[in-house]
Amino acid sequence: MLYPRIIPCLLVHNKGLVKTVKFKDPKYVGDPINAVKIFNEKEVDELIVVDIDASAQNNEPDYKMIENLAAECRMPFCYGGGIKTVEQAQRIFNLGVEKIAISSVAVANPAIITDIAERVGNQSVVVVMDVHKRSITGKYEIITYNGTKNTGLNPVEFAKEMEKRGAGEIVLNSIDLDGSMKGYDLNLIQKIRDVIHIPMTVLGGAGSLEDIGTVIKQHGMIGAAAGSLFVFKGKYRAVLISYPNKIEKEILIKNYFLNQQK
Amino acid sequence: MIAIIDYGLGNLRAFINLYERLNIQVKVARIPDDLKEASKIILPGVGAFDHAMMQLNRSGMRDELEKQVLLNKIPVVGICVGMQMLAKSSEEGKLPGLGWIDGIVKLFDASTIPYKTRLPHMGWNTINPVNGIPLLNGFNKESRFYFLHSFYFVCNSEQDVIATTEYGLVFASAVRKENVFGIQFHPEKSHFNGIQLLNNFSKF
Repeated sequence: MLYPRIIPCLLVHNKGLVKTVKFKDPKYVGDPINAVKIFNEKEVDELIVVDIDASAQNNEPDYKMIENLAAECRMPFCYGGGIKTVEQAQRIFNLGVEKIAISSVAVANPAIITDIAERVGNQSVVVVMDVHKRSITGKYEIITYNGTKNTGLNPVEFAKEMEKRGAGEIVLNSIDLDGSMKGYDLNLIQKIRDVIHIPMTVLGGAGSLEDIGTVIKQHGMIGAAAGSLFVFKGKYRAVLISYPNKIEKEILIKNYFLNQQK
Repeated sequence: MIAIIDYGLGNLRAFINLYERLNIQVKVARIPDDLKEASKIILPGVGAFDHAMMQLNRSGMRDELEKQVLLNKIPVVGICVGMQMLAKSSEEGKLPGLGWIDGIVKLFDASTIPYKTRLPHMGWNTINPVNGIPLLNGFNKESRFYFLHSFYFVCNSEQDVIATTEYGLVFASAVRKENVFGIQFHPEKSHFNGIQLLNNFSKF
């Protein structure tokens, strides 16, 4: 039987790992390789690492870092940040990365999704949608370049387009809930889940295993990703890398997934 | 010594790291001579079927590989697309496969998949292993491995199937004919179960 996925998402800034709040105020939380080693021991389902400097500063992806991370990962590894061309995507794929996350360039040049999918296979192309909810109108909009550039794009329509163009997975990230630990934006998740059939991973807001359980209960086969939840402990946000152990995970799956299956 | 075929596809580093951790000697094979001393061979693979076949044909290693596998009966394991390459053909491409195991590769029928998410088949799934297969020593119906694929292997002979997995239908997640093995999941990305499987492969 296939299981839903619980995924730590790590951000890289100035070669260190950081955690942001609403995409701002990066707080240093440790060394990337060291974190991967800990997550290996904890047998995490998958790992997402995003270099938040690369696209925003128009840098090339840091191939050496990506290679080192991919080699260390004993779980599937998804890398995002700074990928603008098919050649870059192919090079990163050849370093041993299972999934390539594309964000800003998917908005600027949607056709590239098809081109990359033809090279590395649809299953390895992940589109990350960073979504902001406008406070006055309540409308959702995709923002690119690490939360700095408004696109005017509706994430529902964009998700459909990305699926059509050959994306293998959508990562839906709520900018407003990033670092808040207040729970996922379930309304936004529902809207996107309703219109696509490719795998989907949600990010932004998870503050407890119950938050993860809630989204698994609603959607069954989904990826539930979190940053703060797996790097901070307690209300003072002390840095401590964590992940549910086997028993905690089994209970979570049993309560929120198996008992929901008909 | 275990040779891992480098034809430009697949996560070689992940395999090398795991074997180094197990203190087992591995060698990356880039030219035919590299395959000559091999006691075991790993054929990794990712991406599209035709691209993988083309890369292998271009690598210059195919003749030596066929000699080692078909004549000298050196154990070989194809992983993911590397498994699919063992078939005669694939619905994903036009090029013929290696044809070492009697079967073809088909696309999952999305309409049979009971989830909102249909393809690819992606994530941690359980396998149901046949008893007495050394490669699958220590695994049972609860053992989980990481899968990422949209096509699956269909064996003409039931005897060649050594493990099955369910996704919309029950498919062959591991196959074997004599010294030729194929596994659809990724042991190099399946934590301790994956390490154990690669260790099993090194031992027989």
